[in-house]
Amino acid sequence: MIQPQPYEVQVLETPFHSRTAELCKTNEWSTWSGYTTPDVYTNMELEYFAARNTATLFDISPMTKYAITGPDAGRYLDRLLTRDMAKVNPGRVAYGLWCNDAGMVIDDGTVFCLGENDYRLCSQERHLPWLLDSAIGYEVAIEDITAGIAAVSLQGPTSCAVLKAMGFVGIEELKPYAHAEFQLGGHPLMISRTGFTGDLGYELWIEPAGAGELWDRLMEGGRLHGIRPLGSKALDMTRIEAGFIQAGVEFFPGDLSTRPDRLRSPFEIGMGWLVDFEKGHFIGRRALLREKQTGSRHALVGLDIAGNKPAHHSFIFQGRNKEVGIVTSALWSPTCKRNIALASLRTPYDKAHGLWADVYVHREQKWERIKAPCRVVDKQFFNPPRRWATPAGDR
Amino acid sequence: MKTYDAIVIGAGHNGLTTAAYLARAGLDVVVVERQPYIGGATASRELYPGFTYSNCSYVCSLMRPEIMRDLELPRHGLQVIPYDGGVTMTRDGGYIAGYRNHDQNRREIARHSVRDAEAYDYFGAEVMRYCRFIKTMLLTTPPDPASFKPRDLFGLLDVARRFHRLGEEWMYDTIRFWTMSCADFLDQFFESDLVKGHKAGSSIIGTALGPYSPGSAYVLLHHYMGEVDGSIGSWGFPRGGMGAIPGALAKSFQAHGGEIRTGSTVEQIIVKGGRAVGVALTGGVEVMGKTVVSNLDAKRTFIESMAASDLPAEFVHRVKNFKIRGSSGKVNIALDGLPDFPAIPAGCPGRAGDMHVSDSMEYLERGYDDWKAGMWSRQPYLDITLPSMTDPTMVPPGKHFMSVFVQYVPPHLADGEWDDAKRAAFGKTVIDKIAEFSPNFKDLILHAEIRTPWDLENEVGLTEGNIFQGELTMDQLMFNRPVPGYAQYRSPVPGLYMCGSSTHPGGGVMGAPGANAAREILRDMRIKT
Repeated sequence: MIQPQPYEVQVLETPFHSRTAELCKTNEWSTWSGYTTPDVYTNMELEYFAARNTATLFDISPMTKYAITGPDAGRYLDRLLTRDMAKVNPGRVAYGLWCNDAGMVIDDGTVFCLGENDYRLCSQERHLPWLLDSAIGYEVAIEDITAGIAAVSLQGPTSCAVLKAMGFVGIEELKPYAHAEFQLGGHPLMISRTGFTGDLGYELWIEPAGAGELWDRLMEGGRLHGIRPLGSKALDMTRIEAGFIQAGVEFFPGDLSTRPDRLRSPFEIGMGWLVDFEKGHFIGRRALLREKQTGSRHALVGLDIAGNKPAHHSFIFQGRNKEVGIVTSALWSPTCKRNIALASLRTPYDKAHGLWADVYVHREQKWERIKAPCRVVDKQFFNPPRRWATPAGDR
Repeated sequence: MKTYDAIVIGAGHNGLTTAAYLARAGLDVVVVERQPYIGGATASRELYPGFTYSNCSYVCSLMRPEIMRDLELPRHGLQVIPYDGGVTMTRDGGYIAGYRNHDQNRREIARHSVRDAEAYDYFGAEVMRYCRFIKTMLLTTPPDPASFKPRDLFGLLDVARRFHRLGEEWMYDTIRFWTMSCADFLDQFFESDLVKGHKAGSSIIGTALGPYSPGSAYVLLHHYMGEVDGSIGSWGFPRGGMGAIPGALAKSFQAHGGEIRTGSTVEQIIVKGGRAVGVALTGGVEVMGKTVVSNLDAKRTFIESMAASDLPAEFVHRVKNFKIRGSSGKVNIALDGLPDFPAIPAGCPGRAGDMHVSDSMEYLERGYDDWKAGMWSRQPYLDITLPSMTDPTMVPPGKHFMSVFVQYVPPHLADGEWDDAKRAAFGKTVIDKIAEFSPNFKDLILHAEIRTPWDLENEVGLTEGNIFQGELTMDQLMFNRPVPGYAQYRSPVPGLYMCGSSTHPGGGVMGAPGANAAREILRDMRIKT
């Protein structure tokens, strides 16, 4: 695909742009990895509720995608990622993260196993130099294929019904973190049961030439199933409820930091379950083993905060005025009806006593300070059974 | 025989709310319900195969978020989805829609009056002032101005302090507001009769008052003081129909050991030695409890379910005169597809919200005139919703459920009492009216449930079919609800409490009376929560 010269175009358009631009009634756009994408199409609240009640479409084309192939591709990924990739067979998707030698997280992402030694890595940030440097000594090819694949995320309780209405027979049998091949308008189409909303949902991957038709067919298939496009603001609400971390928010990418003390290990962002010390060598293993023995400096926790004012960027205090951490993401959760937050706390912290969030609310020319008591809770605030059920339900 | 800590009569949303709070506090609680299903006026039933109805109440806004949180209702399956749109269609084929986007809404009103478009913000700010003043009172027991108990004195002091904080001008306005008519209130802001008609519906819903009757302005506020996720005045549909609310309450209650007995009609509240000790069910079964809590309205509780000799005469007299005047009916319709409303342009979200056909103040007042004459409004006020446009769980894809709230409908007709033929004639009036605005509507009807005040009384147990368990007029609010001296959820009989909408802060699917009653009961039992 021929890209315009940088001086010609400041921000790029995704393969779905003609469709998203027509539907975006607010004209509120943001740049994501060099592409322009809608923040809000019509109304953030209604888009959020469509994701939790019916079905939504979110353009994920700007997501960074690398093709990783070659005889050593599997071994290479096993070295790169902290989890055991040997268990990830063709047809499966694995969520994972990778660290530097100091055991500090560089990024997280999903790895699609497309076939024997044929993988696709999707991440928020770009990391080609790190990926190539880590591949020294491995017979593996790594290529940025971001612009060559259009992708759209279909999420929500009626998402499976939408795909069925489009004629994808047997789609309800697709398990979470699995993918399968289909055809659409003469283009190969991959559907994976993955997503960033913590609900039942799918991601659809197609070559850019098929993007427009894919979008139209989805909107038509979803006509009786309450489909509507989802802006990135509403998406962020869902990912906080699901307790998903985001690069640049819950952690800073380790290969771009200028302040080494700000980095986080997998244990420090609640991702210890992705670290497999049994599988043999991987990047950062020694440092992470040491951390496991001596203890971590931070913990990422879910907070249930009193009141209904989101604790955006609040300091978290213990007792009278001991500062113990910060809120990384905050939200009044419309589905849980709770004031929730993800927070990075310095360890050890006292779970039982006296945590409070310092919340500031601006009301008609006056800042009001709320010392809102908070409780540490499971950070998967929203995790409905339908997300995991196979066969997937219709609503 | 087993003695429960508490018996709650009626599995309406307030009865279940009280029961759930009491069970959470560790009490052994049973709820007895006359119908084979729970929910009372929030029930959802499948009256046509595959279609879940919201048989009485049909939208949710007032349910207090504090209660949802305390009782973990989301975890027990409650999700309230705010809806888009809303529209009033005019007799000449025009419309005025509501939009969530502020400027879109302003431009819409400006099509009818440029002045009103900007006055809408003033109206919104004024309503918000009253909402802020009243909101903190919803989940508190109204202080009794005749009492010298420290608790009442502090309560009154608090109200007085907050009242003073409004400032001189707004203090005057607030007092005027509580007694003025909706028409007078709207006249302060708007010039367009259509804009006023569009807004005035909220002032008459469930009330035997016209928009020109004093006191109707407050009813408007009563419908504005709710919220969906902090968005004040916003309304939504519970996913799965209104029955999702009692459903989640029941699960929350049962998770703490609560017991619900459906199909159990209370004949009488048993009073022994001057204390309520249980209930006698139809069929001779008695259920005994240390406390009896009634979710029934004041008349059903004290007049229908008790011996007058167990109550003070003055109290009985006041309950008899408590105003519960039925004013509304309900038509619930299963539809084979989405009805067209040619007045609403494609792309306008009007059909997704509440639709009305009352395009002027006069339209509403004429409807009220019919009620006064003992007949249902020949040109009725309709609050039409299609929850299935938002909620994918109520009906099969492509089908629709339409809920039509109708006003005015008298509990007693001038030409004799309600019967099946009159019910059918009433239904025809409503369906014909909708068909005036929707040519394909009649062809889509698969089934219709027609409910007159008579049916609401017989099936739901609401005296005269009054949806609020007593009118929301100043003489029946706060410390006067239901009757002076008994506004703190207690009755003249020790051990007997009220938790229904006959008590403060009144009707609407709010749960506040239920939560407040539970708090007073636990207080009397000296149980700290």
